Amino acid sequence: MIRSTVLVSGDPISLSRGAEDTRLAIEAELAFYGLEDEVRVGYTGRVNRTDVLPVVVVYPEGIVYGPVSPETGATIVSEHLYKGRKVEHLLVSAEVASAEIDTLGVAEDTLYAQKRVVLKRAGTIDPYSIDEYIAYDGYFALGKALTSMTPGEVLDTVKSSGLQGRGGAGFPTGLKWTFVAQQPESPRYIVCNADESEPGTFKDRLIVEGDPHAVLEGMALAGYAVGASEGWIYIRGEYAMAKDILNHAITAAEELNLLGDNIMGTSFSFHVHVHAGAGAYVCGEETALLNSLEGERGIPRIRPPYPTVYGFRGKPTVVNNVETLANIAPIILNGADWFRAIGTERSPGTKVYTMLGDVALSGLVEAPMGTTLREIIGIYGGGMKGGKAFKAAQTGGSSGTIIPAELLDVPMDFASMREKGVGLGSGALLVCDEDTDIVDLAYVLVRFFKTESCGKCTPCRVGTAQMLEALDRLRKGMARRADLERLEEIATYVQQASFCGLGQAAPVPILTGLQYFRSEFESRLRD
Amino acid sequence: MEDVLATTDGIIDVHGADQEALVEILREVNEVSGHLSREQMQRIASRLSLPLSKVYSVASFYSLISLEPLGKHVVRFCQDAPCHVVGGQQVWEALEHELGIPFGATSLDGEWSLLTTSCIGACAVGPVMMVDSDIHGNLDPQKVREIIARYRGEERSGGIV
Repeated sequence: MIRSTVLVSGDPISLSRGAEDTRLAIEAELAFYGLEDEVRVGYTGRVNRTDVLPVVVVYPEGIVYGPVSPETGATIVSEHLYKGRKVEHLLVSAEVASAEIDTLGVAEDTLYAQKRVVLKRAGTIDPYSIDEYIAYDGYFALGKALTSMTPGEVLDTVKSSGLQGRGGAGFPTGLKWTFVAQQPESPRYIVCNADESEPGTFKDRLIVEGDPHAVLEGMALAGYAVGASEGWIYIRGEYAMAKDILNHAITAAEELNLLGDNIMGTSFSFHVHVHAGAGAYVCGEETALLNSLEGERGIPRIRPPYPTVYGFRGKPTVVNNVETLANIAPIILNGADWFRAIGTERSPGTKVYTMLGDVALSGLVEAPMGTTLREIIGIYGGGMKGGKAFKAAQTGGSSGTIIPAELLDVPMDFASMREKGVGLGSGALLVCDEDTDIVDLAYVLVRFFKTESCGKCTPCRVGTAQMLEALDRLRKGMARRADLERLEEIATYVQQASFCGLGQAAPVPILTGLQYFRSEFESRLRD
Repeated sequence: MEDVLATTDGIIDVHGADQEALVEILREVNEVSGHLSREQMQRIASRLSLPLSKVYSVASFYSLISLEPLGKHVVRFCQDAPCHVVGGQQVWEALEHELGIPFGATSLDGEWSLLTTSCIGACAVGPVMMVDSDIHGNLDPQKVREIIARYRGEERSGGIV
């Protein structure tokens, strides 16, 4: 008879801090007290506040301890699980929030008022247990769709929810699905883009590691809506743990007939395959991803035709980001109106951010669309590290924009950001304080693109190298005014003439850096 | 040589001799052998009925696949912005100094290769490096020296430390 469940955070950060030893110590201590049949121990993948990792969550109470070492893990067993006393001094501290945090993320709106749709289950369930997913409304949406909705109704629900792609571009998901559903050709495919490589972004990894079935259920619903019976998850080669969790989840779902042939006894069949990449940022671009999936060099294809018309194996294909797909099941289950009530009019729903840099607390945050950067930093990030002043934030990874303090109060949704000439992108928020050297930051960002340029088109291949060289001269104080003008000119050409999104994004750090911090660039000139 | 090719065959058998599996086959063969040799690429080409040039073209594209033998230990340091703004430059210099080789090089004794990598998604604990398949975070010059010393002192592989 199991009376308690203990979950140890098993994400790479926790593992690097000895989570495995902590788990072993907990198991040994449970055996010592003869509790091994009453208390189940598992890993969970979620990270919320990285400063408290590794965490240990004890259910059913939902009490969160952290950071936990092997020694304190043993104490939790002897005190909490054996004697039934909460170990006060090991509880996750509530240094920032006013409320006491001993139920980290268990109840909505308790921790920093996070609104959880995508991350609802991540961290509270064992990603290796399909039963726990099902116990938290898992596969209910798929059941509802297959038994009481037509594919057209599923499509209409997603369309009227206003969901936009969470990979960065913000394209309306329902519209993309409609394009595929309208194609006369078949078979059609669903591809999940899990090639998350945007520097500073690791939300997709944590969604997959924390709640893999949410992605699988979203894919199956997409397949039902557009008439596809096969799906592929393209995951980056570096994400070994996430890949393992996905493969495990697929097998478990097939055993319960929640994936595979004739799902839940209906005529709908859907198979999911996992395909790992081999290290190439450009494969996050959807047509490059499709080439890589077909065993080619991961270079982009010309668009149009878009993947909705000519995608995987030349067939109509939906390519959706992990976070986008994780939104589908909640939308089908709760309806489009429920979803539209979250976020803003033009961008409903939530956004998952990875907050980094000079903030007090770094980690994963899910907030309603339209939350401002000032709120995210102040409320979720615990303010600036060391009380320093905010200088700039870099959003959406390297391909994002540099945001100055004057834009701190812009609602963060796709349309509002675009109106200000900046981008929401993938959800990375790299916060920089007053000590940050913007020229140096631009140099590092452009170096990334020079490294990752696939070489297919000249503006990107040659342009990124030229921009990097010019920035290097500038940061070393060797550049003249004419060099800076030339740099700006090249940046504009590269943005306009590059073949795909990588090259078009590469000059953005320079251009937005110059727009908001021109004097810093000019102060490095020789003349 | 026979062993290496037998391993290559085993990996092809798991994925099927189909070009759609080429990227995964190449990555896994590379993972087992440390790098991809001409003989292995020839074997993959003939099993998948592809020209060798195609296999080479794909293999040379991806950063996790190496066509040159690397050192016994491979250090991959993240050079991207999130790691850079939290002290990456000092760690970069400490690594070159400690290993006595510049980035991109393999030491003459074949012990170490020092490479850069793009973001590995562990940004919250930056600066970050991978040594073989282990991820090390929150690096500073002192920690770099300690970690390198640990690998010099003992044989180890796999897992995250």
